[in-house]
Amino acid sequence: MTDKLLELENVSITLSGRQIVRDVSFHVAAGQIVTLIGPNGAGKTTLVRAVLGLCAVSSGAIHSRRGLRVGYMPQRLHINRHMPLPVLQFLRLSGASREQVLTALAETGIERLHAAAMQNVSGGELQRILLARALLRNPQLLVLDEPVQGVDLSGQTELYDLITKVRNQHGCGVLMVSHDLQLVMATTDTVVCLNHHVCCHGHPDHVSNDPAFIELFGEQFARKLAVYHHDHDHEHDVHGDVVPGSDSGSHS
Amino acid sequence: MEELILRALSAGLLVAVITGPMGCFVIWQRMAYFGDTLAHSALLGIALSLLLAIDTNLTVLVGGICIALLLAWTESSSRIPLDTVLGMVAHVALAGGVILMGLTQQGQIDWLAYLFGDLLAVSWREVIQTALLGGVVLTTVVVCWRKFVALAVDRDLAQAEGLAVRRYQTLLLVLMAITATTAMQIVGVLLVTALLIIPAAAARQLANTPSQMAVYASIIGCLGVLAGVAASYFADIATGPAIVVASFAIYLLASLKRS
Repeated sequence: MTDKLLELENVSITLSGRQIVRDVSFHVAAGQIVTLIGPNGAGKTTLVRAVLGLCAVSSGAIHSRRGLRVGYMPQRLHINRHMPLPVLQFLRLSGASREQVLTALAETGIERLHAAAMQNVSGGELQRILLARALLRNPQLLVLDEPVQGVDLSGQTELYDLITKVRNQHGCGVLMVSHDLQLVMATTDTVVCLNHHVCCHGHPDHVSNDPAFIELFGEQFARKLAVYHHDHDHEHDVHGDVVPGSDSGSHS
Repeated sequence: MEELILRALSAGLLVAVITGPMGCFVIWQRMAYFGDTLAHSALLGIALSLLLAIDTNLTVLVGGICIALLLAWTESSSRIPLDTVLGMVAHVALAGGVILMGLTQQGQIDWLAYLFGDLLAVSWREVIQTALLGGVVLTTVVVCWRKFVALAVDRDLAQAEGLAVRRYQTLLLVLMAITATTAMQIVGVLLVTALLIIPAAAARQLANTPSQMAVYASIIGCLGVLAGVAASYFADIATGPAIVVASFAIYLLASLKRS
């Protein structure tokens, strides 16, 4: 396949004598959403850090397409309280112009926040700001570490729909870490189930019937997942207003 | 105006202009200890220069840069917490400096001048040195501003976006070393950190963006120097401490305005 953006080949990572992940292989192609799921401490974030070059691989290799532009949305961001930092200035740190920043804010539905201080935005708003920052890199690959962390349930669905929309509009590949199996299943092309090693991987429908998956997450949960549908006739935007259901999310 | 005052004002204002933005980074990256360490280690540099009869300012500057490089390396590879390393370096250097000073044959050392600075004693040569070093620091900070701020906001995010994080962090530490050793000649070893953090903290009360905070910090530092030198001239009090107290008064006013 020539449209592979990123390929992990038998990657093992050892941090201070402890093996965090071993022998992990998978790839992300252009336009594909790959989701890493797994219990706490399974090594998901470490693997993402390795993909971003933030931590070293002990064995194996991570190949990325030459000149790959990566947009990264970190799990959380602690901004020093003593730095006066409006959203606009935070986003301009990526090197983008004011106009580009305003466009990215419009795309993520938070134009009105441009003058707000970074320290005063809500969890859901922060995730959208971080997504906007990742988009400003005009990325070919988006790396999202728990993108819906600290967001309420309906906000989570909305964010996943937004991520799918972004993927459709920009045609970028997405590598995403998530705990929220039910929500993720609807929007993902490939699931990689990680518990220090790859337990199973493939299409969500396939994975949820895999014995290794059922063993890891429990039979009840896997059954619930297999029949999961998410359907609603309206949505709420980030300000809580009701908006008509959009076609952009791949509802199943 | 007396030339003495003119020299003192020039040196003080030049220093205040660079301690403004650098002080912001001290606050943003929680590096207050770092300025202290550099200043304390400067005493070792002073003692060495007296012992070897070489230029004091140059020795202190080179020593400071060496310590900045050492700390940049330690920060990423040591198993000991950074504040512990900083504390050790500061006080071992201070102790070493005191021992070396004891060994020099010049029995009469003006400790107070080193500890609290002697702005009124600066020469035109030192003013020019300060202008040159300050120019280098200020130009670098302006050119690298966005990268330095990105680094202070979130190191991982900056690195994931392709910034050579270690290189810029090291550069920032070297600039900090130049700033601290220069400022030390004005306000003395004990008050360097004050000159870095007080104007920046006052600016925080008034600013809405990072660059605004840096500019305000420079202005507030300059006001502190003007007030301090004036107090020193008219009321005959120690210049360095007068500058620090004046800056703190501005900080209090700024806090009042905010609340």
